Amino acid sequence: MSHDHDHDNELDPFAARVRALETILTQKGLIDPAAIDVIVDTYETKIGPRNGARVVAKAWSDPAYADWLKRDATAAIASLSYTGRQGEHMQAVFNTEDTHNLVVCTLCSCYPWSVLGLPPVWYKAPPYRSRAVIDPRGVLEEFGLTLPADKKIRVWDSTAELRYLVVPMRPEGTEGWSEEQLAELVSRDAMIGTGLARQPA
Amino acid sequence: MSRRDTDMAELPPGIDAPVFAEPWQAEAFAMTLALHDKGLFSWSEWAQALSSEVKKPGAAADGHDYYEHWLAALESLLAAKGVAGKSDVDTIAAAWERAAHATPHGKPILLENDPGS
Repeated sequence: MSHDHDHDNELDPFAARVRALETILTQKGLIDPAAIDVIVDTYETKIGPRNGARVVAKAWSDPAYADWLKRDATAAIASLSYTGRQGEHMQAVFNTEDTHNLVVCTLCSCYPWSVLGLPPVWYKAPPYRSRAVIDPRGVLEEFGLTLPADKKIRVWDSTAELRYLVVPMRPEGTEGWSEEQLAELVSRDAMIGTGLARQPA
Repeated sequence: MSRRDTDMAELPPGIDAPVFAEPWQAEAFAMTLALHDKGLFSWSEWAQALSSEVKKPGAAADGHDYYEHWLAALESLLAAKGVAGKSDVDTIAAAWERAAHATPHGKPILLENDPGS
């Protein structure tokens, strides 16, 4: 998306409207501009898919944690200090030999921010939101993921109250790996379900 | 939606790809979170407002206009709550645009720089 700036100082209409909202909300004492900067910084630099990768790596390494994550993902994830801002509940869905899980939000773009950061552009785009439900196998193929025909695909539709985290299968050949090493194998896409965990090099 | 012939093909595969294309998108996002923290609306209300914007016909298939919908949802929610009416936002946004024009390059844009309509 490119905008032509033929003037040195020009606010495009969207930027000007955001500033106008900021002005009104600050005057009304509803927001503090400094706090807005902190939120932006937090989401850009501190929260991201690495949080989710640590959750998955811990589940791979620690059967008791995996069991907890299965039963009460909200609490198990909060125990690592990754707490959702919107009070949303988390559910972890585990990939198995038989079933692959895929997460979408058909309504808008609900996403497990506390563990994955902000959603990628395609997650928010209409084609993914509509087609993930209708033709999940075709969507996965476009992501370069061809699953065996007998593997079931379960699609989980996120809501404002409930968000899903896919726990991919642990790759073979990673016995004895530390949680830090394992976390490196867990991509954002693997936790949405549009990918698998990376194979060890 | 083939990844070869749409913008999906051009998405950076990196785990840390930037999520905001422009600063105003980050500000609109952060304001929404701050207002939710303040209790101005519930997250379900927000999801509904955003959903009704992104469902409108004409949404770009590549999702590049997502934060434009986000901003429209925020504006409609604030108008519905009686916090910021559309005409007030229009007026102040126009003042910001005039202030930007009146500000020499390299200087911060301040609303006080608005020379007036």
